[in-house]
Amino acid sequence: MKKKIISMLLVACMGLSLVACGGGNNKPASNEGSTTEEGSEATQPSDEGGSDESASNEGSDEGGSSDGVITVGFSQVGAESDWRTANSESMKSTFSEENGYKLIFDDAQQKQENQLTAIRNFINQEVDYIVLAPTTETGWDTVLQEAKDAGIPVIIVDRMVDVSDDTLYNCYVGGNFKLEGQKACEWLKAYADAKGIKELNIAHIQGNIGASAQIGRTEGLEEAAEKYGWNIVAQQSGEFTQAKGQEVMESMLKSNDNINVVYCENDNEAFGAIDAIKAAGKTVGPDGDILVMSFDTVKAGIEMTMAGDIICNTECNPLHGPRVEELIKKMEAGEEPEKIAYVDEGIFTYGDEVAKVTVDGQDYDVTKVTQEVIDGRMY
Amino acid sequence: MSKEKGFNWKKITSHHLFMPVVCLIVVCLANVIKSPDFFKISISDNGVLYGSVIDIINRASELVILAIGMTLVTAASGGQDISVGAIMAVAAAVCCQILSGGAASTSDFQNPFILAVLAGLAAAMLCGVFNGFLVAKLNIQPMVATLILYTAGRGIAQLVTQGQITYIRVDSYKVLGGYIGKCPIPTPIFAAIISVVIAYLVLNKTALGLYIESVGINGEASRLVGLNSTRIKWMAYVICGFLAGFAGLVNSSRIYSADANNIGLNLEMDAILAVALGGNLLSGGKFSLAGSIIGAFTIQALTTTLLSMDVSADQVPVYKAIVVVVIVVLQSPVFKRQMAVWKARKGSNSTEGGRA
Repeated sequence: MKKKIISMLLVACMGLSLVACGGGNNKPASNEGSTTEEGSEATQPSDEGGSDESASNEGSDEGGSSDGVITVGFSQVGAESDWRTANSESMKSTFSEENGYKLIFDDAQQKQENQLTAIRNFINQEVDYIVLAPTTETGWDTVLQEAKDAGIPVIIVDRMVDVSDDTLYNCYVGGNFKLEGQKACEWLKAYADAKGIKELNIAHIQGNIGASAQIGRTEGLEEAAEKYGWNIVAQQSGEFTQAKGQEVMESMLKSNDNINVVYCENDNEAFGAIDAIKAAGKTVGPDGDILVMSFDTVKAGIEMTMAGDIICNTECNPLHGPRVEELIKKMEAGEEPEKIAYVDEGIFTYGDEVAKVTVDGQDYDVTKVTQEVIDGRMY
Repeated sequence: MSKEKGFNWKKITSHHLFMPVVCLIVVCLANVIKSPDFFKISISDNGVLYGSVIDIINRASELVILAIGMTLVTAASGGQDISVGAIMAVAAAVCCQILSGGAASTSDFQNPFILAVLAGLAAAMLCGVFNGFLVAKLNIQPMVATLILYTAGRGIAQLVTQGQITYIRVDSYKVLGGYIGKCPIPTPIFAAIISVVIAYLVLNKTALGLYIESVGINGEASRLVGLNSTRIKWMAYVICGFLAGFAGLVNSSRIYSADANNIGLNLEMDAILAVALGGNLLSGGKFSLAGSIIGAFTIQALTTTLLSMDVSADQVPVYKAIVVVVIVVLQSPVFKRQMAVWKARKGSNSTEGGRA
């Protein structure tokens, strides 16, 4: 009995100390919040007053717009590639002080737990909007529920989150991977018609199986192949890496000698495939044996597109900032934003045989890559 | 052994390399069903050897180099070094970062090539020294000791490359993973051959091979007869680290970049498998370098086969596992004993039948 009481006491002590720790952590965060943003004082009463979530939402909106400064907390994955860096830059330049925003930027260094902490800090700091570029799809239910309870709208960018209740986030901004695939295929169709290429034998180097970019881009190609009677002679995953793209292409060339188009699902795979084709004594480009198509359009990718090694490169646009701002403005005006908003993505090609492509009745311009185009890009 | 006068079938089948060779042949023959000209080798338009077999030998180079190191480590310490894939990434990252002078992409060497290569190899050896210290000096289980670099190695490589893929767009950097001038044979094959020859000479022309075996069989007894067991074990890890670094440079040269996340990814498992397929005991002791090398080729042949058969990437591990299970079971002592018993019984049955 005595032991039981002692252990109970110990547990209580532990619990208390934990709470104390938590409190200690919270305090500096909220202090920081109030010192860095003027808008927080205006939002505080409305948050406390409104237990009803929508009411508090409106309240904070009013608070945000009354003094003109909107505070946005952005939790970024990290800085692992040029693409990611451009993505961060886009957010920073959009949500600048001149534009009437206060951006709290948090680099999670590829770790979900850092992102969870960041979002909790944002909630404590009572930001007006939370923007999240998730590291992984799962594991967001609890923290997003906390944000919802605090009445802070959440915008997901780039990758999707997998949550049981999709009211936990307000909207998603990202690339439309299937549309990217469809655009590339429509371009291929138009290019083949313009050049008089009758038979297309396509080697398809896929991304990591199950990645959203792989699924969308593969769907785009498979549907087009069905529709236009193209032959997909080989289909294999290059795992989005140059080394694997090279190895897979090498093997495809051995088992099929009629390949005239290679459809790579990202730039790295395309680099590897081009090396393998050249090593086999074949040529790439508009006058070569094989046309290489690619996605993403990173810097090295667009340079190879200008050289003609990659004939057509469909962009995966990292400049999410303006689109996110648009949604925030909508919410500020009290309108319901669309649940899924895609960013505009271009098609970059070596030549100018095709000026535009049409997918589902919508026209998309095709850009011929020149040095000015490369210089004009942010990444 | 098999070249002794007369055709001695029994002697061939009981040779320790018999099963590994049979496995390799079976995997290669399986290809012929899908593509009849599998064994065809031609000269391509740009004057290099061209064919699936060349691909297999070329792609297996890194694995062969790793398998040499893995064999020594296994023999000496009775455990495996699972950090070799990460060490490959470290070596490539250090080498590329020095060549690029810290930039993410470069089109000419910022520092002397030889300096960068030596630094890359030195970094890899340092990793080997660390592993060896943990295993030989502190007597930590090899798998656990090398788990440290297995997890941390790629982090170190990421740190060195600042999280970016470092590109070296210089033609002379591509030589190690490509071709030397107009030579029709891919350079990685030479790299593998040189590694094997040097390893063979060192192990057989000096007493090192024997020392490693004796330390692996009984470290304490070896120490009592005057061998420095600790130092020999340690040396095996340093050699393994060095070879992993070399393999890393070859792999990095193929893609003229240091991709810290992907260079040598999961290759440590293939290397261990190569040692096992070669008929070596993973518990250490006697070893056969030739067996491991054949094992390495078998695994690469299997990978290339699955690629050329258009097996979807998410199903590849299943097929690989099935083949590996079959090969390992065929070579297991229990199965061999069972086979011998079965054969003996069949033999006696037939003689009895003959009598009656």
